[in-house]
Amino acid sequence: MNALTSYLGSKVTPGQAGNQLWALIYVFIIFAGVALTVMWLINWVERKALAHFQVRLGPMRVGPHGLLQPFADALKLMLKEDIIPDEADALVFWVAPVIGLLAAFTVYTVIPFGPSQAVSDMNIGILFMLGVSSLGVLGIVTAGWASNSHYPLIGALRSSAQMVSYEVAMGLAVVSAILMTSLNAQGSGTLSMIGIVRAQQEQHVWFLFKFFPLGLIAFVIFAIAMVAETNRAPFDLPEAESELTAGFHTEYSGLRWSLFMLAEYAAMMAVSAIAVTLWLGGWMHPFPNFLSSPAWEFIFSLFPGLSFAGFAAIAFIGAVRMPSQAFFRIQRAGLAVFAALLGLIALLLLAIAVAGRANDASIASRFREGIDYVYWFLLKIAVFMYLFIWYRATWPRYRFDQLMKVGWKVMLPISLGVLILTAIVGVIF
Amino acid sequence: MSDAPMIGKKTTDTKDTPLPNAVPDLATSHLDLETPDKPYLDSNELILNMGPQHPATHGVLRVILKLDGEKVMGTECVIGYLHRGVEKIGENRTYTMFNPYVDRMDYCAAVSNGLGYCEAVEKLLNIEAPERAQYIRVILTELQRLASHQLWLGTHALDIGAMTPLFYTFRDREEILKIFEKYCGARLTTHAFRIGGCQYEIYAGFEKDVKNFLAFFPPKLDEYEALLTGNRIWIERTKNVGVISGKDCIALGVTGPVLRASGVKWDIRKAVPYANYSKFDFEIPVGTNGDTYDRYLVRIAEMRQSLRIVEQAVNGIPEGPIMAKVPKVIKPAVGEIYHSIEAPKGELGYFIVSDGSTQPYRMRVRPPSFVNLQALDVMVRGALVADVVAVIGTFDIVLGEVDR
Repeated sequence: MNALTSYLGSKVTPGQAGNQLWALIYVFIIFAGVALTVMWLINWVERKALAHFQVRLGPMRVGPHGLLQPFADALKLMLKEDIIPDEADALVFWVAPVIGLLAAFTVYTVIPFGPSQAVSDMNIGILFMLGVSSLGVLGIVTAGWASNSHYPLIGALRSSAQMVSYEVAMGLAVVSAILMTSLNAQGSGTLSMIGIVRAQQEQHVWFLFKFFPLGLIAFVIFAIAMVAETNRAPFDLPEAESELTAGFHTEYSGLRWSLFMLAEYAAMMAVSAIAVTLWLGGWMHPFPNFLSSPAWEFIFSLFPGLSFAGFAAIAFIGAVRMPSQAFFRIQRAGLAVFAALLGLIALLLLAIAVAGRANDASIASRFREGIDYVYWFLLKIAVFMYLFIWYRATWPRYRFDQLMKVGWKVMLPISLGVLILTAIVGVIF
Repeated sequence: MSDAPMIGKKTTDTKDTPLPNAVPDLATSHLDLETPDKPYLDSNELILNMGPQHPATHGVLRVILKLDGEKVMGTECVIGYLHRGVEKIGENRTYTMFNPYVDRMDYCAAVSNGLGYCEAVEKLLNIEAPERAQYIRVILTELQRLASHQLWLGTHALDIGAMTPLFYTFRDREEILKIFEKYCGARLTTHAFRIGGCQYEIYAGFEKDVKNFLAFFPPKLDEYEALLTGNRIWIERTKNVGVISGKDCIALGVTGPVLRASGVKWDIRKAVPYANYSKFDFEIPVGTNGDTYDRYLVRIAEMRQSLRIVEQAVNGIPEGPIMAKVPKVIKPAVGEIYHSIEAPKGELGYFIVSDGSTQPYRMRVRPPSFVNLQALDVMVRGALVADVVAVIGTFDIVLGEVDR
């Protein structure tokens, strides 16, 4: 009990406080949250957004506006026959998706959702993230190899070449951001994810705008490389449907296949989190320095509640606008209940925002702060997730040699140049 | 037993020249399928079996690829998965009974197939469809060309990875299919024409529908172009991919937009006018490089020209009968006929031999897709796997027509 309560007043991460119990609770919350977001929210949003890009409706039948479709799909995938091809290397075939999933989820231990809202504040945080997330390629390569089939093999080879190439440009872009953290009085930079956000706070600027346009270029390089890193369109060559049927997971079905999907989406969120942390000020709300008066703080703290109120309103309008035939009665009721649920969350969040408006050490205030941090962080990630979907709807796919050309001949020189310029500018000013 | 299965020319010949202009000796092109599969992982060459069930082979085409890494060393097309013996059926049916069957060959351009067949039999009978029927035929055939090109554009873009154009083109193709449906009740296999003219008079409001479409479609065409024509990735994926020279096209019998994109100005509508195409003012768009991008541009330009033809035709439909005087039982005199039209995919020819009976003695179809497909090997040698998909898409093949 002592372990449970002693942490509550603390202003550091459970990892730093040495509180294993709370660290475990955080891990559980993050794991469940990510899995649910990926499985339900992103799945649904992607299908709906993509459908609307393509003048379709998307899922409409399972649940109101297809809200329960992801659950139906998950159920279907779990009940599917689990096939391991005869010729496949059964053990490696079995391990491959697990490697991918582990790599994708392990990085969440250092993602700072807030100054204390992280499992741990590792002093080599960003290095750890890049290292572990690049282990994901192992899962893909082993999957392609173990399938003992041509399409997966080619997909896996493409994937490994692609991920290794783009990691170079990505790493250099990250280094240029890390260089910026060292521009303080002590001249000491940091690799800690929380430290990087703090550095942006202290320097009164998001690194996106620092040394304009150097920070912006580095960010764009990273934003492109992270799409390639996660094998998403237009760099989705490893699973290029029209060429390799499904690439490295051609032979996978059912739960194993869904593990790959889970890993892919978790990795997308993880790299988005890196981009948010390094260039977009992490958990900070917009203009943290100009708009930091208590009044502004209060207005910003209303945002989470208002967002949910907005969702609730959308769901409610959807319920009202549903056709009045008997066929839609249950769907309409379901959507109304969902709207009410969202409304309740909105009310709760607003209540917390109002109760915790005094910036003191009270529990309500602590809660309010935490919700703010997590909200802004997740909002920024959501923007990236939407961009991922947008890319997929808009662009054709690169060819393998063109992908390599872009990676090595365009992105690498630019990121090197930005790194050198950042170093020079940093020394001069 | 040979070390590795060979396809066509020796691989060493083609290693340095990515896209040979010389036509390979296709007659000797075969793959040693009898040799048991080697443990491929430790060899440099990989036999990849693309199809018959594959998302990008437009049906049931099977392409056997010999790969060196991602580089294509040779290809072999295996066709016949959709063979229904259409030609043989034609020899066992009366001339009238065979008419609906031709719709099932190129099911994406059924109207064009019907036009070619009806005109061939009319030629054999020495009759001519009345002027009004000719106009209706031209309008419907050009609309079919638009529909076929739209379908091609959507699937081609999908092959190259752009998902969205497919839905846009299908949305707009629907407007054409609605006109077909109103005209003859069917959307896909329309059986729109009869020997000697048309069975159905145009419905009330046909002209209005077509004119509405003429106003509706050009902005949509601009929309497709906005998505693709200037798109960097699209250009990179299609420019200098699957290059074929005009000379090679002629040597291989390639026709249609593929031929025209290689700079050969050959369109049967102009060269050997059929129906009443000589009355309309339109141009033949030609390309210069003979690559996938040019074929894309040529087809887009062709769509604009088709709109011009439809516009002229719909404004000039004359009054009069829609059926010529055709005997109840069609029994052409002994003789033979070859009649070809410019189908959306190329030259579609019918060779019919009559022995004076009610059934043709010999029915032979020259389908454009089948003939065009043999250029695949020339176009993809030395290219990458992704290019094979792009090139198959650029032919605009329909397997129903290839296999017949």
